[in-house]
Amino acid sequence: MLRELINKLSDPIISFPMMTFAFYLMLKHYKTVGTKKFAYWTIAILIPVIVWFLADPNFFSIIKTPDNIPIIILLVLVGFFTWFWLYKAALNDTRIEEGLCPIEATPEEREKVWVWPNLVYTELFAIIACTAFLIVWAIIFKAPLEESANPTWAPNPAKAPWYFLGLQEMLVYFDPWMAGVVLPGLIVAGLIAVPYIDTNPKGNGYFTFKERKMAISAFLFGWLVLWVYLIIVGVFLRGPNWTFYGPFEYWDFHKVVASFNINLSEIIWIKMLGTGLPKNLVVREIFGIILSLSYIIVIPPWAAKATKAGRKLIQDLGVTRYYIFMFLVLMMTSLPIKMILRWLFSLKYIVALPEWELNL
Amino acid sequence: MSGKGIAQKVRDTQVWKSIFRHGPPDNARNRAAVVAGNVFLHLHPIKLKKSGVQLGYTWCMGGLTFFIFLALTVTGLLLMFYYRPTAEYAYNDIIALREHVPLGIMREIHRWGAHAMVITVWIHMFRVFMTGSYKPPREFNWGVGVILLVLTLLLSFTGYLLPWDQLAIWAITVGSGMAKATPFMGNAGPGAMLARIGDFVMVSDKNDVRFQLLGGRFVGEPALLRFYILHCVFIPLVVGVLIAVHFWRVRKDGGISAPL
Ligand code: HEM
Repeated sequence: MLRELINKLSDPIISFPMMTFAFYLMLKHYKTVGTKKFAYWTIAILIPVIVWFLADPNFFSIIKTPDNIPIIILLVLVGFFTWFWLYKAALNDTRIEEGLCPIEATPEEREKVWVWPNLVYTELFAIIACTAFLIVWAIIFKAPLEESANPTWAPNPAKAPWYFLGLQEMLVYFDPWMAGVVLPGLIVAGLIAVPYIDTNPKGNGYFTFKERKMAISAFLFGWLVLWVYLIIVGVFLRGPNWTFYGPFEYWDFHKVVASFNINLSEIIWIKMLGTGLPKNLVVREIFGIILSLSYIIVIPPWAAKATKAGRKLIQDLGVTRYYIFMFLVLMMTSLPIKMILRWLFSLKYIVALPEWELNL
Repeated sequence: MSGKGIAQKVRDTQVWKSIFRHGPPDNARNRAAVVAGNVFLHLHPIKLKKSGVQLGYTWCMGGLTFFIFLALTVTGLLLMFYYRPTAEYAYNDIIALREHVPLGIMREIHRWGAHAMVITVWIHMFRVFMTGSYKPPREFNWGVGVILLVLTLLLSFTGYLLPWDQLAIWAITVGSGMAKATPFMGNAGPGAMLARIGDFVMVSDKNDVRFQLLGGRFVGEPALLRFYILHCVFIPLVVGVLIAVHFWRVRKDGGISAPL
């Protein structure tokens, strides 16, 4: 019963909005989350839940694959460090509200200390701990080796290495030219651009949330929800044919998921206007083209005029930075938008031009 | 003779003095000399702000990434003694490695270490973002870091193919398949059909970016050789150079960031 419920809830249709909401709550109440008490309670609740999860044979058979161990480690580290950042940020923000300086700026912390022995011994300890960890990991888990390469027989599902599974998961919503080329390229370009876009001088050299809310929220949403969460979906919840499987579900090759996704042009010309698809490609896709272009071209100037946040942003950043920032943010949010359109309207492509390999 | 006496005797030998040019690091002068006189330790400054030394600030993730990179270089070098990058030998060499090499955990350390490096580099970037360390004067070093992040992923990705098993070729088939959708440069990418002169197709599966990457139209022996060279020589060299730049800039930009 409970397992079936969890299987249902894990479906991205539900778990993605839940994650987004949890993310929002975490930032909204970051001072509550960033306390030791919260951490202890979370651990106390999580341990029995994890044990209960592991007791399930289907879940266990996915978890125990040696190549999935790194993802567990990633999750533990991301969880811990996200909390740890909140903890540090909450301490500093409370101090700043009280008119004090951040902890990193206190005279005691600014004091210079000798690298030998202070830093050198910390490093030595870290190296030894890391070596020990790798050796133990290597002894417990043998590096897997499957059958010899066979170009004529593809395993199902064929998955990319785990760190690219967020991108592979995007293939559900975007064609390869977007999910595999344009969006990854924009992630890299956008990351490099970060220091040149973010002109806020505050929060340099200490942990804080309050002083850099916008920058941190945008970055964390991309990192925690769009990157880490999608990797989890790709690794644990996608089985044969990239079909969704709940964590307690057996990967049954015959699970059939009916999909009747439909393009925007079909919705408009066939369903709404009842005229059938026009022959001319551009006319056929005109609504999608206008919609996509206006998403990128109309929203930024509109927001800069009509919304309070937009007016402030363009004033703070200047025109060039503002438009680059908006472009990057809109490209990032295009993924959740495409997801929601898929779930609500079974929408396949907004612009469907397979004749030109140009589907959006 | 007491333990201290022996230690003093050793310190007084010509051999010891020829290696360590300073006395024990128990006073200011010698502590500076230890760090400045050692080629490895002199990556560090001699003194640092206290906040920059603390685990709670740096999370030690950049340092661990570097250490794992070194560990991967050493274990990878050992693996190269046993491994031949051809379709005929590659898979069998890996089997031999696990069955005939005594105490063989080098492949395990190399594989799990590669995963670990991807994780630590991500967390390092997460930390750098959270302390706002990309802000002036460190903008450029953040950019160097992003390139290092991409190269770390590519190192891991190229290594994934080398065991030449089903997991390897199909993961690389999926991953490299994206390249054929590159706009204008991949045969199934938008814009490729524009590059036609009459019946002559300029961007086809015989010359697009995917073909250049794999040395063929599918993941076969030429791809194995290309990935091997990228993995063992080319990318590690570039990463090595960029890490040098990265560390140099950490120092030149004023050391670990701290409140202005
Ligand atoms: C192979 C990958 C990398 C290695 C070996 C590496 C190593 C390091 C080390 C040892 C430090 C000193 C402080 C610390 O440990 O945190 C550092 C600092 C720094 N790293 Fe990296 N890093 C890598 C990738 C990256 C990435 C992906 C980024 C960001 C996108 C980045 C940006 C920075 C910046 C801005 C600093 C200065 C931090 C400060 O002053 O507080 N690095 N790096």
